[in-house]
Amino acid sequence: MNRYTRRRFVNYFNQGMSVAATLFGLFFMGWLMWTLIAEGAVHLDWRVFTENTPGPGSTGGGLANAITGTLLLTVFGVLFGAPIGMLAGTYLCEFGRRSWVTPVVRFINDVLLSAPSIVLGVFVYEAVVVHMGQFSGWAGAMALALIVIPVVVRTTDNMLGLVPDTMREAAVALGAPRWRVTVWIVYRSAMSGLVTGIVLATAQIVGETAPLLFTSLGNQFWNLDMNKPMPALPLVIFNFAMSPYERWQHLAWAGALLITLSVLVMNIAARVVLRPRNTD
Amino acid sequence: MQNERPAGVVANAHPQRWGDRLFQWTTLFFALFVLGVLAAILLTLAWSAWPAFEHFGWHFLVSSEWNPVTLKFGALSPMVGTLVTSLIAMLFGIPISFGIALFITEMAPDWLKRPVGTAIELLAAIPSIIYGMWGLFVFAPYFTDHIQPLMTDTLGVLPLIGPMFQGPPIGISVFSAGFILAIMVIPFIAAIMRDVFEIVPRTLKESAYAMGSTRWEVIWRVVLPYTKVGVIGGIMLGLGRALGETMAVTFVIGNAHDLHLSLFMPGNTISSTLANEFTEADGKLYTSSLIALGFLLFVITVIVLSFARLLLMRLERTQGGRKA
Repeated sequence: MNRYTRRRFVNYFNQGMSVAATLFGLFFMGWLMWTLIAEGAVHLDWRVFTENTPGPGSTGGGLANAITGTLLLTVFGVLFGAPIGMLAGTYLCEFGRRSWVTPVVRFINDVLLSAPSIVLGVFVYEAVVVHMGQFSGWAGAMALALIVIPVVVRTTDNMLGLVPDTMREAAVALGAPRWRVTVWIVYRSAMSGLVTGIVLATAQIVGETAPLLFTSLGNQFWNLDMNKPMPALPLVIFNFAMSPYERWQHLAWAGALLITLSVLVMNIAARVVLRPRNTD
Repeated sequence: MQNERPAGVVANAHPQRWGDRLFQWTTLFFALFVLGVLAAILLTLAWSAWPAFEHFGWHFLVSSEWNPVTLKFGALSPMVGTLVTSLIAMLFGIPISFGIALFITEMAPDWLKRPVGTAIELLAAIPSIIYGMWGLFVFAPYFTDHIQPLMTDTLGVLPLIGPMFQGPPIGISVFSAGFILAIMVIPFIAAIMRDVFEIVPRTLKESAYAMGSTRWEVIWRVVLPYTKVGVIGGIMLGLGRALGETMAVTFVIGNAHDLHLSLFMPGNTISSTLANEFTEADGKLYTSSLIALGFLLFVITVIVLSFARLLLMRLERTQGGRKA
């Protein structure tokens, strides 16, 4: 084999491997989705949404309390986390451009962005649960907020950065105070990006399990009291999936399908809204 | 603090300035809050882990004994498990991510780039616990029946590494956990590789093509050397993810506090141990030992993630501020 043929051979072989790698990734995406739909869709009926999680060995029951719990935890997690993240991100892009604080916060925020979520759970356990004396929905929401904050800081920082300075200058030249410039001009122009960041953060915490294990703990019953242990879909899946009871396993699959669908819908929606450029 | 206004904005000496001050200090407060979070996590974990570190000393890091009854705790087994599963994830994840990033940036026709890229990125959005369920009920049985015997027959007979690939067909094992981690980190690594590959100047590639290079040669000798700092950063970022992943691993690794040479035996990782035992831990020393595990995990991931970010930032700086 001469040099030319060998180069061509290596080229085609490696290109083939690259295609194979892509197919490998898509194959697992398909396999996961297929499993979820095949196992989950058949058990997804009205009882899932209207009845509470059943006791061991029963044939009925649903996920109503867990779905409500997940909604509550997610909403409060976002309500705590998103404003903090947005204000911090605003400082980085609007006020701290020449301050030493900005690069440090950006760096630490990027590290927090990928910090293991279970460690955040342990932290909230020590900082909140131990002091309150019990597991609670609030503790769970706080753990989730810690996941929301770095995502929102990063998207806010990036999205505000896309707003041209001439717009700020024009508003300031007309006599608007800086805070009004930020709120009425900068936020408004970056609105779709800011919303995208919050949606992505929401999608991320909807399926989070690890930080809830020892903060919100889970609850078998209907519960709207955030001071008490709060049920959540991922916690139910974790407890039910490995159980020996058939109905529990079915509910686990139905819950898994529900969570994944909502996460995927949120992600796709965020990508459709998000036009400027991809962020993490 | 004297330079808080963007360039070109003249001081606004209006009576409304107190509003500006208030707004600005509020945003600064929350920016510093982010720093405070990291500090608070480190301090809280260190404080709560201290009884375990004090009681066991360095022995905590080298002992593999984990016995709640006799109150003897050592971190060796979960630490080894964490490192081994992450290593397996990297072994599979890096070449496959590289292939995907290449396909998207260099080979795919334009109409295919976005859909394929999005599909791969959506893999990253699927919650960890879903990977766990799928891994336990679908992947692990298939793997045990069809792929594990194959590996035992081929790799298991090799000298030195042979014993790593021999073992009972249980399904839940260190290897399964590592492989599922690989699928979970692929979208992260692939996305960063794609981003950094895209910053290679077109002229650089075109000149290589003009010299008669094949596509692979352009990729291997021009694109990769040009972006290697960013590529390593992306790999480290994926490693950071793999080290801390919890639910997927907890489902498939078997959660046994044993050290085995075989990759097909159950094991545990730091995060799976926390997930399984934290709420059941009674007594100060048991809880403290678990938190000490969490502290170790956090310190390791913070180091890995910091390194990843430093590399990516270095690449950003040379490329004129593009964010990876």
